[in-house]
Amino acid sequence: MNNRLAVSLSPHEKGDLSVEKIMWGVVIALAPASLAAVYFFGYRAIGVVVLGMIFCIAVEYLVQKFITKQTITAFDGSAAVTGLLLAFNVPSGIPWWQLLVGSIIAIGVAKMTFGGLGQNPFNPALIGRAFMLASFPVEMTTWPVPLVNAWNLGADAVSSATPLGLLKEGIKAGQTVQQLAGKFPGYFDMFIGHMGGCIGEVSALAILMGGAFLLYKKIITWHIPIFYLLSLAVFTGVFWLVNPAKYADPLFHILAGGAMLGAWFMATDPATGPMTPKGQVIFAVSGGILCGLIRLMGSYPEGCSYSILIMNAFVPLIDKFAKPRRFGADARR
Amino acid sequence: MNPVILYSVAALGIVAAASAVILFVVAKKFKVDEDPRIDEVTGLLPGANCGGCGYAGCRNMAEALVKAADQDDISALNCPPGGSDTMSAIGKYLGLDAGETAPAIAVVRCGGTYEKAPAKLEYDGPAKCAISHRLFNGQNGCPYGCLGLGDCVPVCKFNAIYIDKQTGLPVISEEKCTACGACVKACPRAIIELRPKGTENKRVWINCVNKEKGGVAMKNCKAACIACGKCVRECPENAITLNDNLAYIDPAKCTACGKCIVVCPTNAIAATLSKVLGGVGTLSQKGSDLPEAKVIADLAEEVN
Amino acid sequence: MKLKTFTPGGVHPPANKLSANTPTVKLGLPKEASIPLSQHQGASAVPVVKKGDAVKVGTLIARGEAFISANIHSSVSGTVMKIDDVLNASGYKTPAIIIKVDGDAWEENIDRSENLINDITLEPEAIVAKMKEMGIVGLGGATFPTHIKYMMSDDRKADTLVINGVECEPYLTADHRLMLERTDEILQGVRIMMKAGKVDRAVIAVEANKPDAVAIMQTRLGAGQNGCFTGIEAAPLAVKYPQGAEKQLLKALLNREIPSGKLPLDVGCIVNNVGTTLAIYEALQKNKPLFERVVTITGKKLKKTGNFLVRIGTPANMLLEALGEEMPEHTAKIINGGPMMGKAINSLDIPITKGIAGIVLLDESEARRRKPMNCIRCARCVAVCPMGLEPYLLERLAERENFAACEAAAVSDCIECGSCSYTCPSARPLLDYIRHGKVNVMRIMRGRRQQ
Repeated sequence: MNNRLAVSLSPHEKGDLSVEKIMWGVVIALAPASLAAVYFFGYRAIGVVVLGMIFCIAVEYLVQKFITKQTITAFDGSAAVTGLLLAFNVPSGIPWWQLLVGSIIAIGVAKMTFGGLGQNPFNPALIGRAFMLASFPVEMTTWPVPLVNAWNLGADAVSSATPLGLLKEGIKAGQTVQQLAGKFPGYFDMFIGHMGGCIGEVSALAILMGGAFLLYKKIITWHIPIFYLLSLAVFTGVFWLVNPAKYADPLFHILAGGAMLGAWFMATDPATGPMTPKGQVIFAVSGGILCGLIRLMGSYPEGCSYSILIMNAFVPLIDKFAKPRRFGADARR
Repeated sequence: MNPVILYSVAALGIVAAASAVILFVVAKKFKVDEDPRIDEVTGLLPGANCGGCGYAGCRNMAEALVKAADQDDISALNCPPGGSDTMSAIGKYLGLDAGETAPAIAVVRCGGTYEKAPAKLEYDGPAKCAISHRLFNGQNGCPYGCLGLGDCVPVCKFNAIYIDKQTGLPVISEEKCTACGACVKACPRAIIELRPKGTENKRVWINCVNKEKGGVAMKNCKAACIACGKCVRECPENAITLNDNLAYIDPAKCTACGKCIVVCPTNAIAATLSKVLGGVGTLSQKGSDLPEAKVIADLAEEVN
Repeated sequence: MKLKTFTPGGVHPPANKLSANTPTVKLGLPKEASIPLSQHQGASAVPVVKKGDAVKVGTLIARGEAFISANIHSSVSGTVMKIDDVLNASGYKTPAIIIKVDGDAWEENIDRSENLINDITLEPEAIVAKMKEMGIVGLGGATFPTHIKYMMSDDRKADTLVINGVECEPYLTADHRLMLERTDEILQGVRIMMKAGKVDRAVIAVEANKPDAVAIMQTRLGAGQNGCFTGIEAAPLAVKYPQGAEKQLLKALLNREIPSGKLPLDVGCIVNNVGTTLAIYEALQKNKPLFERVVTITGKKLKKTGNFLVRIGTPANMLLEALGEEMPEHTAKIINGGPMMGKAINSLDIPITKGIAGIVLLDESEARRRKPMNCIRCARCVAVCPMGLEPYLLERLAERENFAACEAAAVSDCIECGSCSYTCPSARPLLDYIRHGKVNVMRIMRGRRQQ
């Protein structure tokens, strides 16, 4: 403690917002989805969630201590968020070492090679997941049935397909949506999360609760999630109206797969998203359309993560053109 | 053969041939005719693109040299990092005499170390001299002195400058500095000056740029020039002048005899005198042929 | 009813109006007054007295000779000791007239009575000339010579006078006290300014966190005799920083946006601070030049805070003495002005000038900057910038010294309000770099003009 006066340029006051508050706020917002994951997928989900966070924080810490030799910021919460989101994007049966590989890619390659926090152009959790999907296709597409054997330590998980997977395969095999409808879980089950899928994406209810918390704490704004889901709904809705036998209805598309998780938690990542509300709307609408496009026309059953990654690539271009309105620009009187 | 392979090879072969033809035609049609001497001279220059010559890079300098050669006089142009070796090589190539320039070096003119000019305030902001310079006098209160935040360091392309953690002042390496002038431009207080290296690398300079009255300057820094004039009177070559409460040694007249250093009451005169070179401001007992060698050596302990 | 405010941007720092209920007290006279020759925008005033001259309170001691300059009058009576360089609030030493104080004799033509004079006898041009003669400058902090704001031509006219009683900076309460204590004089000042600016309409803008000021203004306006206050209204505004900045104020009040590089007169408005308004009343009706002002002294660690009527040239540490306090132990910063836009000074041994609205003592816990982290591209700085700029981008460009791109990104439009640095979760020194960019862009623009 010295008794010298400090001198600096203004302002001399600081609001109490900090990176830690934002990041750990996101972790809290993900708590309902974590609880839902544990409820539906049991002890394996606990393992995936905890290990995901630990691996990501550890990778960031090791990279900062030994490779880049920067100040250690591994505990500011951003690695924890990435770890949690990566965990949410994998099935509960994933082997721990595959999760480790995913964490190394997510943090080490997608985040730290670009310069660390805020410098990455692509969403690190989605890069990790995309890498894992390409490298470990079997384990990444083996979906344990929720609640069955969730807490049974000895038994193997029983697997089944996700609603989107069933839809894609069924349509390819020539069946209609109506014929497949019997195999899908009901809308209520899809809403609370009683369906197959990655552990964090199943429960739309839990994600909505988290999203509401984020909005309340002003950690995110409403533009990206609402416009993403809206444009996905409109896009799939148009096709459904034209040919309801071949295309499922918009509500199904919103509740199935990773659309909810993507819209509320992945697309809203500040470092990889646009910097103005105008840009965010463009980003979200395009992302929703892309997601629908991949789901309806592409060979993958799920398109959400790719749609966000593709839109991440466009963000610098969006930022260049979607500038905020300058005060006094068109001299309104 | 599989028709797919045939078609692929044929298609790619046609694309390759067409591209080659287009590239050839474009290269021929849009070729810029340049004086071949420019390429040669560019090759002779060091290639550091430091801007020390006053031109935007070595190629720009080569163009200027060739243009000057057409006017039969390249003596006005000089490449500081290349030095006389490079200039005489270029002169030989162009068939003209290159000008004789004495090798120069950047010199830091501030003696306000943490000890001599203790900090009275704390600067709480980004470590950039250009920013803190506009804010206030500096942590020690001297409005002219070195701020120690190191804007001069990253601009040096030759890694010749660093901030000494003990003193808080920049240190310039004798061997690496090419007098390109980048640090001179970077300093917002014009503390660094390009001066001739001197015969046998001996040079003396006033280690202060403070223009305040002596008493005021001393309140902030014990090593300030107080413009008492003793050095002016002592100098046998009349190389020192007083202006605006500050002494200045004219490098053209100074013979590095060192007489002024001894009489300065605040040790505001710095030098590199000995044949065995130390850092800036240090004096070595070895190799000094001055009669007051012992006194100067004592001063060296104090200045450091 | 939803109160008006400006868009876009703005932040809500805690108001900390600790001295809002402390009545203004006259500060005692100093032993020596150091009156700087530059207390206003533009060229320094030129002294018209020399060592040994006797002066009274109100004597002209320096004349503003350039177009943008202002007169300076003595605030004390006594003898001129010397004209010398004195440390002032800028942190540098500038020339000042130093007067040894002897008694408190005022110039004879100054009316020291308390009665309200509501006859405005002078014509508009004469009013403006008297503003100039009496050394009136903006007391909101910018110290722009007021008479220049009233110089109009046929194609540059005003239709509305706006009185800025917003005082959006935290801690400062001088204007608030003036509105409560000198209401009638301020309203007469408004009438004088309306005549000088040849406008029919005046709006006194007050933020809603000063409900007593709004109430008293509206009451007095309502009680005006013979419609003397026709065209004048008091308008409360929602609380948001930086509403007191004139661009934001005009947007909030009248929905008029001043284009880049232009002035309020270009959208038909004249904006003046309430303190300036009072000074104009006193100058016109009481022949009293500007030589004193209300200054707030405040800080969370002070046991008492205060608002003082101070003669210019008084050393600032007399304010602390008048409170009966010492500098609190862990004071980290002394601010001239408010914590958002004020200047950190290194000593209280400086003279109070026309531009010092308050002195805030900030404690270690409040003042120290956090260590900056990487920009997380959260875009909050863009959301809070009241000028619609992109602070994160300007910071990056200025750091890389890409001043051409800074100019293209309109760095010169920045009003340096500090909302961006205030908000940034990574505690990045956004405004420091933006200023670096502004200074260098202005240097480049000047160089271009000279060619």
